[in-house]
Amino acid sequence: MSVLRFWPSLAILALAAIWTLCLLLAEDQWMIWSALAVAAVAIPAAMRTGAGAGLGAALNESGRFFALLISALIVMIALVIHDGHYPLMMLASVLIYGLVCIGLTIQFGYAGVINFAGAAFFGIGGYTAAVLGTSGVPSLLIVLLGGVIAALIGGFIILPILRTRGHYSALITIAFGLLFQIFLEVNETLGGPQGLKVEGAAIAGWSLLDGISLAGYDASFYLNYVLLIAAIFTAVFILTRNLERSWIGINLDAVREDAIGASVFGINVTAWRIFAFMLGNFVIGIAGALFAMMQNFIAPSNFSFSDSLLMLSIIVIGGIGNLWALLPAAIIVILIPEKLQEIGEYRILIFSVLVALMLRFRPTGLFPRPVRQFKREVEQ
Amino acid sequence: MSTLFSARDVTVKFGGLVAVDALSFDISEGTITGLIGPNGSGKTTFFNAVTGLCRLAGGSISIGGQDISGLLSREVYGKGITRTFQRSRLCLSLSVFDNVMIGRQNGLPFGLLDNLVRRRRFRKELVGHHHRVAGLLNTFSESLAQRIFEPLHSLNMIDRRRIEVCRALIAEPKLLLLDEPSAGMTPDETQEFMDDILKVRANNPRMSIIIIEHEMELMQRVAEHCIVLNHGRKVSEGTFDDVVSDPWVQEAYLGEA
Repeated sequence: MSVLRFWPSLAILALAAIWTLCLLLAEDQWMIWSALAVAAVAIPAAMRTGAGAGLGAALNESGRFFALLISALIVMIALVIHDGHYPLMMLASVLIYGLVCIGLTIQFGYAGVINFAGAAFFGIGGYTAAVLGTSGVPSLLIVLLGGVIAALIGGFIILPILRTRGHYSALITIAFGLLFQIFLEVNETLGGPQGLKVEGAAIAGWSLLDGISLAGYDASFYLNYVLLIAAIFTAVFILTRNLERSWIGINLDAVREDAIGASVFGINVTAWRIFAFMLGNFVIGIAGALFAMMQNFIAPSNFSFSDSLLMLSIIVIGGIGNLWALLPAAIIVILIPEKLQEIGEYRILIFSVLVALMLRFRPTGLFPRPVRQFKREVEQ
Repeated sequence: MSTLFSARDVTVKFGGLVAVDALSFDISEGTITGLIGPNGSGKTTFFNAVTGLCRLAGGSISIGGQDISGLLSREVYGKGITRTFQRSRLCLSLSVFDNVMIGRQNGLPFGLLDNLVRRRRFRKELVGHHHRVAGLLNTFSESLAQRIFEPLHSLNMIDRRRIEVCRALIAEPKLLLLDEPSAGMTPDETQEFMDDILKVRANNPRMSIIIIEHEMELMQRVAEHCIVLNHGRKVSEGTFDDVVSDPWVQEAYLGEA
């Protein structure tokens, strides 16, 4: 990458990190509104300049480097906050929803398989963590199992989805999401409507619920979770970027764009749809298990249909299929409403309007997915 | 020359309508066959039947002596048949390179490890395939090869047709089906495209081509053998000069009785 492109890109990302830090720490409503005003002016302005275009191009061509850079910035934000429970929890939530949306991107953004039951698969991961929490299984293995079980259950409901087309397959996922929540509410072994307590994560015998305290530096236990979740998010992000920029990624796009054309060229459309749905649910399940461990407590109300919509609205607002857009969009959908207590109960209303405007005037999202680019690889 | 492909009594029905009616013919290795007929005579339906997009009501289709009737589209691809479509089925949001690579299902590794983890190996394959795709594009036009990573929607009609042909060629098929390639092109573009087809033929001497076309001039230049269809039935077969001198064809199709 040229130096001309590198430094401005780094500067933009650093400014974005500082902005996020300010937003997380801001307490007065006027500070939050001014942060929003700054973003509303700075983002469109940056996208018009050479530096913004350079960053876009660099992100499109890069896999690992910028992902690691962004995760380093996230760690820095967390270390600066260090003892604020609430801002750290918000940061962790943004990352968890970002992780969920990586899964939805694989399903909908790449293969074109719609999933209105994101919260249900998130819940399957969460309940897996709750049930296995006291069994002595290592935490990281539980997280993995949360993903595996979500993928397997998804493997069953994909069958009716594949037999229906368009809106009907969307309806099946909606039905599954609603059924899942009702099932939890009536199931006494899973705690019914009151939910279940979840064991916190422990790595190598050290419980993440113990905050680090080193020579006068006291950290909230949420810092531990931010670090764990950021590490998993980054790993999944890099692997998914590799997936997008691989032969599999091209096939998934072909399946989404034109299933008949794809099948004439030897692509097994059904197999790739199943693959994308299961892989996506695996990622969503992992996110659910992490969420449950961090919250220490889960109930059916955490996994409602409106949560599924919230998850989908992140990928719609960000830009369907663009992984780099997920964190900014998660900040808009998860963090900003949480900070803006003034708007209170109008939150959902404002969001509905925002998504509707988005679909009407900019259906490709704030940061549309660029065309896959292999120039750098073949020129070196 | 040996027979590569044969259709025996191929019949396709849509409800009560017989779209292709007991069509039989053979194709030799390395030849270009033209399929001529008015709209609705069953030409495209025949292509769809060959490529598994619609079911046979009777008859059989074979390539290289292997029966392929009733196979799924992707299985037909595996037997060495690729095609283009009258209305382009390219992916507009993908790059030229991606679109061509969609045709290369028979030569790529699709394991998770090969795609997600072994990136150095992937890069090596990528460089190799980039070279191949650029080479293919170059046989058509150099400027097209320069645009390999540009999105497909930025290309004009003739270049899109060329990409469709490249996508069908990269699989190294035994039989290539071209469904009305001149549709939507200007006369100049059609002339240019004829040269392209002859180039493709020169570069792939063993591959056979069946081409559906309305442009009789194009047919005359490229097809060595012609089959005329009407209402799904074969009404004439032979060289271009044979079929155009057939009184029925003159009257019904060319309107020069």
